[in-house]
Amino acid sequence: MEVKEQLRNVTAPADHLIGGRMPAKPLNKAAIVTRLTLYTLAVLTIYAFFSFDYKELDFMDALLGTFANLKTIFLEPHLKHFSFGHALYQVMVTLGLAFLTTLFGAIIAILFGLLAAENLSSKKTSMVIKSLVAFIRAVPTVLWVLIFAVAAGLGSTAAVIGMTFHSIGYLIKAYSESFEEMDRGVIEALQASGANWWQIVFQAVIPSSITYMISWTFLRFEINFAVAVAMGAAAGAGGIGYDMFMASSFYLDMREIGAITYFILAVAIILEIFAAKIKRKLKTA
Amino acid sequence: MQADIFAKKKRNTLAYLCLLGAVTMLAMVITEYNAVKGIASIPKAVQWGMANFYPTAESLEKLPVILEKMQETLLVSIAATTAAAVFALLFAIFGSNTTRINRFFGAVTRGIATVFRNIDVAAWALILLFSFGQSSLTGYFALFFGSFGFLTRAFTETIDEVSGGSVEALKATGAGYFSIIFQSVIPSSIPQIISWILFMIETNIRSATLIGLLTGSGIGFTFNLYYKSLAYDTASLVVIVIIAAILLIEFASNYVRKVIL
Repeated sequence: MEVKEQLRNVTAPADHLIGGRMPAKPLNKAAIVTRLTLYTLAVLTIYAFFSFDYKELDFMDALLGTFANLKTIFLEPHLKHFSFGHALYQVMVTLGLAFLTTLFGAIIAILFGLLAAENLSSKKTSMVIKSLVAFIRAVPTVLWVLIFAVAAGLGSTAAVIGMTFHSIGYLIKAYSESFEEMDRGVIEALQASGANWWQIVFQAVIPSSITYMISWTFLRFEINFAVAVAMGAAAGAGGIGYDMFMASSFYLDMREIGAITYFILAVAIILEIFAAKIKRKLKTA
Repeated sequence: MQADIFAKKKRNTLAYLCLLGAVTMLAMVITEYNAVKGIASIPKAVQWGMANFYPTAESLEKLPVILEKMQETLLVSIAATTAAAVFALLFAIFGSNTTRINRFFGAVTRGIATVFRNIDVAAWALILLFSFGQSSLTGYFALFFGSFGFLTRAFTETIDEVSGGSVEALKATGAGYFSIIFQSVIPSSIPQIISWILFMIETNIRSATLIGLLTGSGIGFTFNLYYKSLAYDTASLVVIVIIAAILLIEFASNYVRKVIL
């Protein structure tokens, strides 16, 4: 009797399987969240298109106009309001802004990155710094620049300080995460042998994560170049971005925008190729 | 012998530091950056912020208007990101080494993505301003182009990473191109793809502020309006709203990432 009941229990799920099709993939939490995220994004996107402020814009007209403009911009570039040499110098200024902010950001971020890494400092310090970083990163760079501009005046000084702020936030996050990947055993072994905190940091932690740090820092340099262009346009930081803003808003000279865009594009692509080379070199080393 | 190695290491480090110092000096000269003024401006900015940069009761009345603009900016960022993601996925599939149709086509798609990625959103905004004017669409397309370039690179790398072996295995069983893409490549890379999309939305909200400043739309314009008219209390409220929105999105995306990755 008991055996029979058990048998029925065993065969029961099988009946159910024969009746319906077995689901191809069990629906777990991850799958549900994945789907929900995609659906939410899709719904919000559709809603967004209905809610846009079109300002009585004829969409097709504008789109065709843009294509015509893009053709003018990219196929007939010229420089009218300044010379090739001047443009090159302005590119150097923008690169200089990016370099300074990355360097200052990196130096400060190494110190705070060490304090933010849970395995090198206390949990409390790490928490405080990490929430501070989240706050710094949440404010867009341009707002940092404009806020500092009230104290320092619009110009490259405010731009460097404001951009450095955001770089610090970004690099602390990157550095502390690579420090935290460090093997706990190494730190413990060094502690046991009587090494102090600075010795652990300089002999073990930084040497073992230096490749990550270099590639993150260079990535930030690339980002800072783009940001420096934008700050030149939006916050009076100077450099090629300012010329682009003038060409767009004052001279309304599309061909000049084209020429400037080519300059920016060339530098960005050179930086990207350089970054790929560094990455490859670090990987093999 | 050993002393030699250490001496050499020291010399190398010194040389690098000298080079770094020289480049720094050069950069400071050409950008006209004033180090003393820069450092002095930090305490000054803090002092000023404490005195002026906080919302007052008066500015709270403007909160509904600000929230409405914030919502507009959020929607623009999300819509631009998702639309860009669809195109980027297509380009990534054609551009990835494992799933491309042929070498030439792969190189072309990668090249297009490189161009789009390396023209900054601010530059796109200034270009698009000519024909789209001060409408939401200027910001939308600027973000769209920038996100498209970035996401194509991210998705390409994801596909390269996750699907090398499985694509080869499926090819060996005789599966067709489309069944390989839809049954293996996309399902196995979807968690990473969603993670990148969420990251891009966060980035785009920040960029949208900048674009708004340049093109006169969205939350960036609202900030600029109050900032330029010296209404710092209301401007600070705008900043707080932006911070809240970004932290909220970050929190949501961190949750999603934790569950799906």
